[in-house]
Amino acid sequence: MSFLKKLKEKITKKEEKEQVMTVETNDEVSDAEVEQDQAKERESIADKFISGLSKTRDSFAEKLNDLVAQYRTVDEDFFEELEEILITADVGVNTVMELIDELKMEVKRRNIKDSSEMKEVISEKLVEIYYGDDTEEMEELQLAEEGLSVILIVGVNGVGKTTTIGKLAKRLKDQGKNVVLAAGDTFRAGAIDQLEVWGERVNASVIKHSEGSDPAAVIYDAIQSAKSKGADVLLCDTAGRLQNKVNLMNELAKVKRIIEREVPGAPHETLLVLDATTGQNALSQAKTFSQSTDVSGIVLTKLDGTAKGGIVMAIRNEMDIPVKFVGLGEKVTDLQSFDAHAFVYGLFANMLEETEQ
Amino acid sequence: MAFEGLADRLQHTFQKIKGKGKVTEADVKEMTREVRLALLEADVNFKVVKDFIKRVKERAVDQEVMASLTPGQQVIKVVKEELTDLMGGEQSKIAVANRPPTVIMMVGLQGAGKTTTTGKLANHLRKKHNRNPLLVAADVYRPAAINQLETLGNQLDMPVFSKGTEASPVDIANEAIAHAKDNHNDYVIIDTAGRLHVDEHLMDELKQIRTNVQPDEIFLVVDAMTGQDAVNVAESFNDQLDVTGVVLTKLDGDTRGGAALSIKAVTDKPIKFAGMGEKLDQLEPFHPDRMASRILGMGDVLSLIEKAQNEVDEDQAKQLEQKMRDASFTLDDFLDQMGQVRNMGPLDELLGMIPGADKMKGLKNVQVDEKQLNHVEAIIKSMTKQEREDPGIINASRKKRIAKGSGRNVSEVNRLLKQFTDMKKMMKQMTNQKGKKGKGGFGGFKLPF
Repeated sequence: MSFLKKLKEKITKKEEKEQVMTVETNDEVSDAEVEQDQAKERESIADKFISGLSKTRDSFAEKLNDLVAQYRTVDEDFFEELEEILITADVGVNTVMELIDELKMEVKRRNIKDSSEMKEVISEKLVEIYYGDDTEEMEELQLAEEGLSVILIVGVNGVGKTTTIGKLAKRLKDQGKNVVLAAGDTFRAGAIDQLEVWGERVNASVIKHSEGSDPAAVIYDAIQSAKSKGADVLLCDTAGRLQNKVNLMNELAKVKRIIEREVPGAPHETLLVLDATTGQNALSQAKTFSQSTDVSGIVLTKLDGTAKGGIVMAIRNEMDIPVKFVGLGEKVTDLQSFDAHAFVYGLFANMLEETEQ
Repeated sequence: MAFEGLADRLQHTFQKIKGKGKVTEADVKEMTREVRLALLEADVNFKVVKDFIKRVKERAVDQEVMASLTPGQQVIKVVKEELTDLMGGEQSKIAVANRPPTVIMMVGLQGAGKTTTTGKLANHLRKKHNRNPLLVAADVYRPAAINQLETLGNQLDMPVFSKGTEASPVDIANEAIAHAKDNHNDYVIIDTAGRLHVDEHLMDELKQIRTNVQPDEIFLVVDAMTGQDAVNVAESFNDQLDVTGVVLTKLDGDTRGGAALSIKAVTDKPIKFAGMGEKLDQLEPFHPDRMASRILGMGDVLSLIEKAQNEVDEDQAKQLEQKMRDASFTLDDFLDQMGQVRNMGPLDELLGMIPGADKMKGLKNVQVDEKQLNHVEAIIKSMTKQEREDPGIINASRKKRIAKGSGRNVSEVNRLLKQFTDMKKMMKQMTNQKGKKGKGGFGGFKLPF
């Protein structure tokens, strides 16, 4: 069976499983509104990826098709062109070089001469790069077995931290969790108000101090408040900061220390929010934020534009930080679990259809 | 580290061809490949890179470059010249309408920094041009965007026009102009909501605002960290709105900022300003030449050397060198030297110009504190002439006097004296080494520190 078909099968299976799961939960909760919500959410993951990534896919798959059409044989020129296509997706020079080397090996091993056979090998390698030696599991959010779970959200300015918190809160609320938000961005004008609006929208309480106060103190208060409320999840917003500002990174490390001290085993997740339009600097962001806060996962936002978000590949390849969620639009429900199979499927959907014809 | 500068990259290549008497076509190919990779790593769009490489190649095979003893330096020079050329000259002028108010529209993707830049621009207009701007909150979509602008308005003590989130941005813009006329605001800066360039509905809204208010300037605000997609964004905004200039934000980060080159290449619109920090006065005119160095990861050696040459008296430098050699360097010389370095500009800026300084272990996280230098100066100036020439005579009671005179405490005086002794030791070692190794560094030019 061809790799792409296998990929498709995997995704369909996963969807079936999910649907079974949602049906089960529906048995318990008979609220009509909830059911309607879930029906909406059942809009398959693959579909979301396909619509959200349509621009990515179009250009990427088209280019790959052009490439195959242009070069009948697999030679140096073919690889050079392929290198370019991958670089345009912001995959990053190092990762691309590695991939190309591996592909060249693969071509020799399988004795591939016809470029049309390359499509499959390429997509296979992409998935492989993403997963490496890990089992191909979807990365779920790590939460405490019982008691309060703390999730710290970090990132540079303007990547969508506060919006992500809003979407994440909605998601957790829908799972029946009691969510508290901590307004840890005390620096940017209007940031606290922004989080409060989200708090109202998703019906979660927001713990805040005034603008300009110590973020560590806000987080401390939020933890105490979440504990006394018996909340399940505390989502901590932080101010955007460029990773080369040493003082600001130290401030963040302090916030993390407070969380560690007040809740054993916390933060259960430290999510780095990355803007999909960001280029190679995202690697530097992942490295530096990991140093000060031990990042456990990535949220890739704004993937509904024309940006390819290929840097995810490079980050996974070089740092082994998994992507946990992707933002595929401005709606509150547009935060999706990241599934590399669906991601690659989205990229190659055009091609799959062609192979099937 | 993945981010090697072009200079490092080329050095590798030249190491390989060093022994050869002649540089071959294949060598040129390898060199241009390194240039290409360096640019791609800096996030310059690959199409732009392609055209660029073509031009560099043409010039690189030129006799003059290849026949020279330092083809590597020559190639870098060619690359830098071409880059600077492409980036265009410095242009931070803002249009003035014949009949006030002058209208500026800020557009861009979400999170690029439009609202912050709006505040900075208003501050710039008032401070540098003595204008009286009105800020207009036309972002009705993002939660609390209006509050953000109002907060900025408060901080700047400037009027903000807003109509809540129910009004349409087109109406808000129209009414704001009328409001500005009534209140004698000579500039109107409209902060629009961030939007994707592929969102037809929202792009139409911008077009409507544009048709209605006829802005004199439309600034596209772009995050300097943007990757390959910068071309699509810039091209799309420019095609639909015909922007008049670009503001590059978050340039105080450690991104190479290749997006700047891509944007300039595809739109041919000037990059007018650069956002250099979170404070409202941190908006600077954009320097194309500095950007060229930055993209190449070269540091700004040229302006550093220029600065050094401007500030350092050559005779003085020679004297200093002699003093270093025979270790007769005194605290007075130290003070002189410090003064010369400081004349060149803020220290952290200087550090940033040194290539590889960010990679040096000791320098990486140095937060240069200019105040400390003032303290050092005060301490040395509180010493007698004799003490400065022979710090060995400074005993406990002299230290006390110096500390009192400079308003610092004795431990600081001690620290300075220790640093000075260490420095002298180091100089001795360095001058000894130099004798063995021969001339090195900046082509024989000695930097005074």
